[in-house]
Amino acid sequence: MFDTLSARLTAIFDRLRGYGRLTEENIQEALREVRVALLEADVNFKVVKGFVERVRDKAIGQDVLRSLTPGQQVVKIVHDELVELLGGSGHRLAMAPHPPTVIMLIGLQGSGKTTSAAKLGRHFQRQGQHPLLAAADPYRPAAVEQLQTLGAQLGIPVAGSGKQRPLEICREALSAAADRGLSPVILDTAGRLHIDEPMLEELRVLKNELRPHHVLLVVDAMTGQDAVTMAERFNRAVGIDAVIMTKLDGDARGGAALSIRQAAGRPIAFVGTGEKPDALEPFHPDRMASRILGMGDVLSLVEKAQATVDEAKAEALAKKIREESFTLEDFADQLKQLRSMGPLGELLEMIPFFKGAKGLPTELRGEEAELGRYEAIIGSMTPEERREPPIINGSRRNRIARGSGTSVQDVNRLLKQYAQLKKMMRGIRQMEGRAGKLRQALPFPPP
Amino acid sequence: MKLLTSLADRLRQSLERSRNVLNDGLNALLGGGRPLDEALLEELEELLLSADVGSLTAREFIDLIREDARHGRVATPEDVRAALRRFLEEALAGAVCPLTVDARPTVVLVLGVNGSGKTTTCGKLAAALKSSGKSVVLAAADTFRAAAIEQLEEWGRRAGVDVIRQTPGSDPSAVAFDAVKAATARGVDVLIVDTAGRLHTKSNLMEELAKVKRVVGRQLPGAPHESLMVLDATTGQNGLAQARTFHAGVGLTGLVLTKLDGTAKGGIVVRIHRELGLPIKLVGTGERVEDLQPFDPKAFVSGLLPE
Repeated sequence: MFDTLSARLTAIFDRLRGYGRLTEENIQEALREVRVALLEADVNFKVVKGFVERVRDKAIGQDVLRSLTPGQQVVKIVHDELVELLGGSGHRLAMAPHPPTVIMLIGLQGSGKTTSAAKLGRHFQRQGQHPLLAAADPYRPAAVEQLQTLGAQLGIPVAGSGKQRPLEICREALSAAADRGLSPVILDTAGRLHIDEPMLEELRVLKNELRPHHVLLVVDAMTGQDAVTMAERFNRAVGIDAVIMTKLDGDARGGAALSIRQAAGRPIAFVGTGEKPDALEPFHPDRMASRILGMGDVLSLVEKAQATVDEAKAEALAKKIREESFTLEDFADQLKQLRSMGPLGELLEMIPFFKGAKGLPTELRGEEAELGRYEAIIGSMTPEERREPPIINGSRRNRIARGSGTSVQDVNRLLKQYAQLKKMMRGIRQMEGRAGKLRQALPFPPP
Repeated sequence: MKLLTSLADRLRQSLERSRNVLNDGLNALLGGGRPLDEALLEELEELLLSADVGSLTAREFIDLIREDARHGRVATPEDVRAALRRFLEEALAGAVCPLTVDARPTVVLVLGVNGSGKTTTCGKLAAALKSSGKSVVLAAADTFRAAAIEQLEEWGRRAGVDVIRQTPGSDPSAVAFDAVKAATARGVDVLIVDTAGRLHTKSNLMEELAKVKRVVGRQLPGAPHESLMVLDATTGQNGLAQARTFHAGVGLTGLVLTKLDGTAKGGIVVRIHRELGLPIKLVGTGERVEDLQPFDPKAFVSGLLPE
């Protein structure tokens, strides 16, 4: 996500390291490039100015110049400043002592409020809570239907209809939540401009009447310099407690995250990292800063893998590997788990080793299409065939290919890869322990 | 002619509301009889940066002014203002290009990242074309986002335009295929295809979009006649990556700049146009049906730098 910024800073400091000892001039040069990189990342120009000045003061004022690893010292200073800028130790939403906890989402049109409302609901649901969503946007066509559909998919109740006023919808949602013991209540409000007075007044009324415990501003990670104006105006007009940053799964460098924290003094609570309902993560300033600086984000990856890969299934798989009873059914299962973790490229991106390995993405693109085909092929097999692949003869191959919309060659390739995989698994048993965390993240080794 | 003036007025109006960090800043900067020194140039650069034109474009302009000043071509703050206007207008002169709807049916493919305003643009465009006497059909090829089809249908009702749809989750290429067939059979003038929002970094989704385009082209040679990327005016420098990737993956004929009624100035289009040569076909300045207009660089720049 912060690819280019991270690459730039890495390049700058790699060069700095090359000098062995730093001069003031070296640091100035690096800081000029840091400035351009931050501006290209859409960090607000005022924030950039302050940031560069602080880093300069620290870098020049301290013992950096005399230290043995001046480049790394500068990296550390930049890293620490970034963490500071991104919000220190992170921000958690406290639950109210008397439920329901009320969370109100506000923001510009298209920033991702409705999607975030559903994801937030999912987040609390996974923590064992019983959220309620309130569709308080009767203005945008089909906004209520959108939230209802998402709620139905996740099994989260949704209050509201397109025919009611927002305040009415929210009030009903709150009393329904109280009656049914649901908490938190997540209010999805209509998108609006931060200069649209009548619409801001509506938010003020909602806030005064409903007394939400958390007002979250939803901000698109691709937002440019205007992020600061927007956040300041929303904060002044309505008052915000924290920010959800969306669409961070793209290549937007998300400078807005740095800007808003600094300019509006509000922390980032969550980041949206994909289209699936699970793709909402608590924001980790320290990890984000490490990521910006090209140190990878192994911790996030490990957490993601743990949340996705069912522990019991993983244990069962390990057993199958040990006993060499790995069938095509297990293979299909593995494919599903792998796909549920998101695009492969995204996963590998989190591992420092793969970061910047330029040849990889093209290859992986093929792999992902292949995964879908494999699932279709295995889906077209009978249970017997999945358990006993050797019985798949020519006519069965023909039928499977037709059933899955693939060719006999595709079926052959799958069977061959499965055979190879089984062979590799014998190898894995010997490696067990060594591969550790990486193997946990990737349920089976890439073919 | 009247239409053009009212268009310029509307653009000005919508930009006026936010008037306007850049302008206020410029007046403060250039009003006080300050000398044209490096400090002033730096502040000028920051003003350009705040409009999202990008650090390269900003730097280039500042270098130009510095050069002009050295040769005595600019001396007063007024000169700087005129030079800034000239610079921006010249940069955008080639960005004007009308939507072509000559073929029958003309197929317009509307695409972009999530939340940029594709469905709203489709609805407004359908209404505008309909009121100019064209027969229009909409195709709901965003089969992914919850209730996207319903949203487009509501726009279809408002505009009095039929919507070709299938069930949620169906193949967008199949929807496009059906829609082209229906549009051809009914002899309509324009078919507008609304696609699902996708981040340009998702290669599988970009491939899906390329497939929609191929299917449309196979069904109707020459189609789609327009492939428009919808760009939110609040977008920063990532807008360039969006345009570049969509252009490489699908082939764009132009941009639609939406949400210009906020405080963001959409300066990224200056950079996109300079680097990729893509025209800006339409500008969205509000939520009403009539808030979609052809791009006018003079009005756009006037919005940034009114007299």
